[in-house]
Amino acid sequence: MEILQVKDLKLYYKTLYGMAKAVDGVSFTVRKGETLGIAGESGCGKTTLGLGLVLRKPPMVWCGGQAFIEDTDLMNLDEKSMRKLRYEKISIIPQYAMDALNPTKKIRQIIQDLLKEHKQRYEEKQELLTERLTLINLNKKILDMYPIELSGGMRQRLVMVISTLLNPKLLISDEITSALDVSTQKTVIQTLYQMKKKGFMDSLIFITHDLSLLYQIADRVMIMYAGKVAEIGEIQDIVDNPLHPYTRALIGSLPRIGVRYHETKLKGIHGYPPNLLKIGPACRFKERCPMAFNKCEENPPIFRVNAQEVACWLYEEGERV
Amino acid sequence: MNFSRPKGRDCSEVIFLRKYLLKKILIYVLTFFFAATINWAIPRFMPGNPIHFLIARFATLPESAKVLQSYFTQAFGLDRPLMEQYVNFWRAFFKGDLGISIYLYPQPVLKVILRSLPYTVLLLLPAIIVSFVIGNRFGAFVARKKYLDNIALPIFYTLTAAPYFWFGILLAWLFGVVLKVFPIAGAYSFAMTPSFSWRFVSNYLYHWILPFSSLVLVMLGGWAIGMRNMIIYELEANYSRYMEALGSSQSLIRRYAYRNAILPQVTGLAIQLGTAVAGTLTTEIVFSYPGIGYILMQGILNQDYFLIQGCFLFIIVGVLIANFIVDILYLIIDPRIRKSYTGEI
Repeated sequence: MEILQVKDLKLYYKTLYGMAKAVDGVSFTVRKGETLGIAGESGCGKTTLGLGLVLRKPPMVWCGGQAFIEDTDLMNLDEKSMRKLRYEKISIIPQYAMDALNPTKKIRQIIQDLLKEHKQRYEEKQELLTERLTLINLNKKILDMYPIELSGGMRQRLVMVISTLLNPKLLISDEITSALDVSTQKTVIQTLYQMKKKGFMDSLIFITHDLSLLYQIADRVMIMYAGKVAEIGEIQDIVDNPLHPYTRALIGSLPRIGVRYHETKLKGIHGYPPNLLKIGPACRFKERCPMAFNKCEENPPIFRVNAQEVACWLYEEGERV
Repeated sequence: MNFSRPKGRDCSEVIFLRKYLLKKILIYVLTFFFAATINWAIPRFMPGNPIHFLIARFATLPESAKVLQSYFTQAFGLDRPLMEQYVNFWRAFFKGDLGISIYLYPQPVLKVILRSLPYTVLLLLPAIIVSFVIGNRFGAFVARKKYLDNIALPIFYTLTAAPYFWFGILLAWLFGVVLKVFPIAGAYSFAMTPSFSWRFVSNYLYHWILPFSSLVLVMLGGWAIGMRNMIIYELEANYSRYMEALGSSQSLIRRYAYRNAILPQVTGLAIQLGTAVAGTLTTEIVFSYPGIGYILMQGILNQDYFLIQGCFLFIIVGVLIANFIVDILYLIIDPRIRKSYTGEI
């Protein structure tokens, strides 16, 4: 069963030079209990997509498409219902989790106020909160402290607990490991996994640029390129048999232990992603694609190959989605 | 971080508070000493002789004028070497003696100042508080309301850039001369004597309105601009965005933002106090308001060393006390300052 169904979603940024098409016609689903990883290089629209599902503020504008969470279209909801839906059904751990809390309020006060906004009583959630704090290795005494008194890692774990306190259907975790060292990354991933196993949230969208991390936690992966879906599939399939030239290049560019730069040059992807302000009708990856051919002058639709979905003309014999 | 500390925490907080206060008090005492010294020296370096002004008022024969001159010079101790005068000044100060006014001879300076002090305090304190509260509220209200902001911001800038005396003259001209609704001089009608009767108080308030509003309006602009900018900054801060993403209402987010935005404004208050006092002085002069500013001006015009000294001493003490209060206030409202002094973060 699907928890989230996104259909042809378009989220643009209004700039002085025109519309920057950060998310341009993206369709995917998140199933109940599943972890969907979203990967891609910087500026491909991952964060815009994650944030856009929760909160769209200028300059971000919605320019079409739908996103259903249990039959409710997030894109056509009045502000009041949307406000209620946030946190209760769809929640987010932001990229800036380390300073997501007001430095001059006690942590207990912040949580109380957040709960009050959703007509929940803090006293009822207190036990649950203490229990979850213990799970992430925080003493309940921190509730009487100010966020500035905690370390960055503690603050991030605390935000993970706060974000999931109302057991949302869907949790979006946006690049939460990017600023951490490898061992802390591992702890965060483990915590997230534990939280999901214990039912803090039903489904998880895990946004990252780190494919190797994704491999540890995701069930399915969506690879994005320049605001479009390049490929969606089970993580194992994508890693074993990447279809899209971009996915192949992305996996090929992962550094491996035991290989030194001067022995084998790290395979990268030459060139840069296209300017999101000026996108022609051609395939967005064409300029950088080693397999480009004349068909690529036209933007490819999505083809289904086995269980994978891929947006590339190379798989034209596959079934169109 | 260990959690076994809370027992010792109260204790460490007390020690810290004592250390903090001692340090602050030491700084304030030093400041006072230097300020008082400068303020003792400056009038004495002015050209001219204060005794001449005094003698001129007696209009006597040239011979007796000479006698009077040497008598007064000796009586005020102005014939002594400067160093001795300086030592005498501190000696008298610690006895609570600020000397005799030359201009208002033979009234003691302390008496003159205490008589006019209430007028200044009752003008300045409400003006600072009212402008701070209204300015901040208004600035916060205007922030993020595009059209209102476009209208209000130029007004705020004009207000804050206006010199106090100029704005006072403007108000006096408009409401006193053109519209003739408010009196333009004095703290009460000439026919009155100060008392706690309703008649006097209402008359006093009637005279108080114009100088008070001119002070409030000029100070208000600065607070409003500062608050507007701070609110915009705080609403863009990560914690605001996070709360919004978790479905918080605008009113809660704004409440949080206001709480944080007010902190630098309180610092600004400490910095602004001196300017505010200067503003009151000039405003009093414009409205011939019998406060410290007005007698200070008289003192300067008549080269009355002791009166100038006394006025400045009171101003210095006032500003220092106010700054001290703001320092303490800051400790209470910003946990970051508190925690950083206790060495907890």
